[in-house]
Amino acid sequence: MSDSQQPDDFEPVNVFAETDGMDLRPGSDDCYKCSICDTNCPVAEVDDDFPGPKFQGPEQWRLKRKEDADIDDSIMECSNCLRCDNACPSEVPLSQMHNTARGEYVDNQMEKLSVEYIRNRILANYRTSAYFASLFPRTASFVMNFGPVRWGMEKVMGIPSERDFPEFATTTFREWWNDRGGAQVQNPDKRVAYFHGCYSNYNTPEVGKALVHVYEELGYEIMVPDQGCSGTPMFANGMLSDARRHAETNVENLAAAIEDGADIIASCTSCSLALRQEYPELFDIDGIEDISNHTYDALEYLRIYEDLEGELQGSEVDFPDLAYHAPCHSRNQGLDGQALELIETVDGVTAEDVGDSCSGISGTYGWKTEHYETSMEIGEEMFEHMEHAEGDVGMTECPTCAMQMEHGTGYEIKHPLEVLEAALVSEE
Amino acid sequence: MAIEDDVLVVGGGLAAIAAAVGAHEQGARVRLVSHKQSTMRQASGLIDILGYTPDGDGPVVDPFDAIEELPEGHPYERVGVDAVRAGLDMFDDAAGDAYTGGHTDKNALVPTHGGAIKPTARYPQSAASGLASAGGDTLFVGFDSMIEFDAPVAADHLAATGVPYETEGVTIEFPGGLRDDAKVTRYAHLLDRNADLTVDGTDVPARTALAERVKDHVGEHERVGFPAVLGDDHPADIREELANRVGAPVFEVPMGPPSLPGLRLEDRLYEYLHEIGVRVSTGNPIVDVEPDDGRVDRVVGDHSGREVPYKAEEYILATGGLVGKGIDSDREGVYEPVFDCHVPHPADRYDWFEDGVFDDHEFARFGVPVDTGLRPLDANDEPEFENLRAAGSILGGYDFPSEKSGSGVSLATGYAAGETAGERV
Repeated sequence: MSDSQQPDDFEPVNVFAETDGMDLRPGSDDCYKCSICDTNCPVAEVDDDFPGPKFQGPEQWRLKRKEDADIDDSIMECSNCLRCDNACPSEVPLSQMHNTARGEYVDNQMEKLSVEYIRNRILANYRTSAYFASLFPRTASFVMNFGPVRWGMEKVMGIPSERDFPEFATTTFREWWNDRGGAQVQNPDKRVAYFHGCYSNYNTPEVGKALVHVYEELGYEIMVPDQGCSGTPMFANGMLSDARRHAETNVENLAAAIEDGADIIASCTSCSLALRQEYPELFDIDGIEDISNHTYDALEYLRIYEDLEGELQGSEVDFPDLAYHAPCHSRNQGLDGQALELIETVDGVTAEDVGDSCSGISGTYGWKTEHYETSMEIGEEMFEHMEHAEGDVGMTECPTCAMQMEHGTGYEIKHPLEVLEAALVSEE
Repeated sequence: MAIEDDVLVVGGGLAAIAAAVGAHEQGARVRLVSHKQSTMRQASGLIDILGYTPDGDGPVVDPFDAIEELPEGHPYERVGVDAVRAGLDMFDDAAGDAYTGGHTDKNALVPTHGGAIKPTARYPQSAASGLASAGGDTLFVGFDSMIEFDAPVAADHLAATGVPYETEGVTIEFPGGLRDDAKVTRYAHLLDRNADLTVDGTDVPARTALAERVKDHVGEHERVGFPAVLGDDHPADIREELANRVGAPVFEVPMGPPSLPGLRLEDRLYEYLHEIGVRVSTGNPIVDVEPDDGRVDRVVGDHSGREVPYKAEEYILATGGLVGKGIDSDREGVYEPVFDCHVPHPADRYDWFEDGVFDDHEFARFGVPVDTGLRPLDANDEPEFENLRAAGSILGGYDFPSEKSGSGVSLATGYAAGETAGERV
C-alpha cells in the first residue's frame, strides 16, 4: 500500500501495541531481509537445527507479537559470537534481540531444576568458581583436570571431558597488584582504570601485568577498581539478572573512576564489548551510558592517544612468530586489524592472520557437551590456518578463543599486549 | 593523535576497493575504513559495464562503444572510456584466475536465477560454462529446500527469451535432506568439506551423493547449472568433481542476496588489499568531517560512542547508494550523511518516484554530482572540498540497476579517484 493514496487509513506506527519494556520495533523494521547476517553465522553453517540470526532476531520478534508465542528453543543454539551484529548493513540490533530473546527463554521457558539450567548457571558464573579455585589454585588446577572428576562432570553436568580446564594462577593479578603496592606512576592528567575481567585475574595474570608495564612505561597512572564479571558469559546463557547484579557493581565503581578523570580500558575484547555495547543495550542503570562512552580496548586506547606506531618503530624483540586470530568480539568493535598493524612495525617478530573465521568456542558455548562437536567443526578452519601459518605460537585478545586455539593445535597462546610489553618495556 | 595515512577511503564496496588500489599504486599509504559489510554480498558477483543505454536500448553488444554516447553528467562521461578500461584492468589483476571475460570487449550473456539473461563484461569462472551467448543444451538443477531457485521456471523463462538451445529444469532433494531455508553457507560448507551425508542409511561424501542424484537427469544435455552454492573455499574443485561425475560441464547460476559469488568476490578483493598492503579498518562508521579552509582536515570515526579522528591528505567517499546507505533520506529530503555533500532532488517527495514499480523513478538517479576530477559539487557547482573525491553508486546522474552499469562505474570511478588522490600526496 502506498501512503500517497491512503494516508488516513494506515498508520504504520500503530501496527503493534506499545510496550513499556525494551522497544525492538525500530530495529526490527530496519531489517530488509538481505540475509547477510545468515551468511556470517558460524552455527548455521554447520548445524542443521539452527535457523540463523535473521530468524532469531527480527523475525522472532515479529512472531512474538502474537499472543502465546514462545521463544523458539533454537535460541539456545546461538553461540553469541555476534558476527551477525557486525555484518548487518542496516543497523538491526541483532545482539540486543538475541540477548533479550535468550533472557526471556531462560526466565520463562527453561526448567530451573534442570541439569542444563544449573550447568549453564555455573558456567555463566565462572567468576564465582574461579574465585574459590584461586584460594587453592594448584589443587583446583589438578582436580579440575583429573580424569575421574572430568568423567563425572561429563556424565552429570554435560561438560565435555575432551576440554582441558585452564590452569589457575598461583598469584592472581589483583594479589600481584596489591603486593607491588598498586600504581607506580602517579599522573592526574593520564589516568586509566583497568577492567581486567575474570580471566586475566584468575588465569592469565601475565596479560594484566603486561598491560600495567606498558601503560606505566607510557606515563599512565593505573587504577584497578573493584569489579565483577563483565556479564559476557551471563548474556550468552540468558542469565540477565546475574549479569545485572554484576553490572550494578561495575557501573558504580567504574563511574567513580571516571569521576577521578580516568578512562576505562580492558584487555579482553569480550569485556570491552560488554561494557561498551551490551550494557546500554540491555540495562537501564544510572551512569551506564557514561561507562559505555569511556570504555576502550587497551591497544585501541594507546593507538588513539599515543603515537604508538612511533614508539614501536625501530623496537626489537626476541619473540616467536605468531599465528593471530581476531576474536569475533574484537571484530564487532572494529579492532580486528589493529594488532597486526602494530606488530608489523616491531622488528624480530612476525604475526600472520589466520583468517576471519570464528574460533567456535564462543565463551561457554563450547564448554557444553551438546555443543562441543559444533564448536570444533566451526573451529576447524581456524585450526587449519594456524597449522599453515609460519608461527607455532598463537596470539589473540580473547581468553576463550585462546583456549580453543590451544585445544585445537596444542600451541601456546599469547596476547598482543605481551608483544607490546616486550617491545616497549625494558627488563626490570 | 589521529589515525594517520596519506589517503583515506571511506566505504568498503567495489568502488572503495578500486580507489584504495588506485591510490596505493601511486605510492600512497592508504587506509580503507568501512562500517558494516558491503552490499557486494548481496550482489551477483557479475562485473557489468553497461548492459542497456539510459534510454533502455539493449542488450548492448559493445559497452565501450555505447559509453561514448552517454550524456553529460553520467559517471562514465565524467571519467572517460580510458578510465573504464583502467578500472577493468585493475579488476582483472585483483580477481586473478577466479574471473574471466576479458578476451573480448563484447558483453557476455549470463543466465540469471530467474531465467533472464544479463549482459556483463566479466563473470566468475563458475558461470563460464553456462553462458547463454555460448549456446549448448542446458539442464538446470534446483533443490526443494531452496525456494530462491525454481529450476523448471528458470529453464522455461530462459527458453522464452529465445535462446537457440534446449533448456530443462529439475528439482531434487539435496542429499541428506537439509532443513527448509538452509543457508547458502550450509550447502557450501558441506561441499567444501565434502562431508559425509547419510543417504539411504549409508554415508556418502557430499559431492558424490549430489552427483548421483543429478546424473540420471543429464541425458543429452551439454551442461548442468546449479544455484550458486557450490562451495565457498574450493568452488573450482567442487565443479570439477561434479562435472566428472555427471559427465557434463557444471556451472553456477548467480543468485539474489545473500550471494556466494558476491561473498567470494569480496573475500578475494580484500585478500588482494591485504597482499598489496592497504590497511583496512572495519566495524566503525565515519560520521563527521572537520573542514579547514575548503579542505577536509580530519574525519571523525564513531568507536562505540567515542569520537576518534582519522587524518589524511586526500579523501575518497565511496559509501554506496541508497541501499548501501551512502545516500539516505527522510521525509524532509535526501542527503549524504558523512560529508553532507549536496544531493540534488525535487523538494516534494511525491516527485521522487513514479507509480509503477518498473517506471523510470527519479530516486534511482539520486546521488552526488561531481566534476571531471570526481569532486562532489555543491549547489553552485563548486567543489565541496578541494581534497574529497566520490566514486561508485554514491554518484548521481545514472540508474545502475536499469543500465546494468553498477560494477563498471564503481571500478572506473573508484580507480580514477584513487589514482588522482594518490598522485596528489
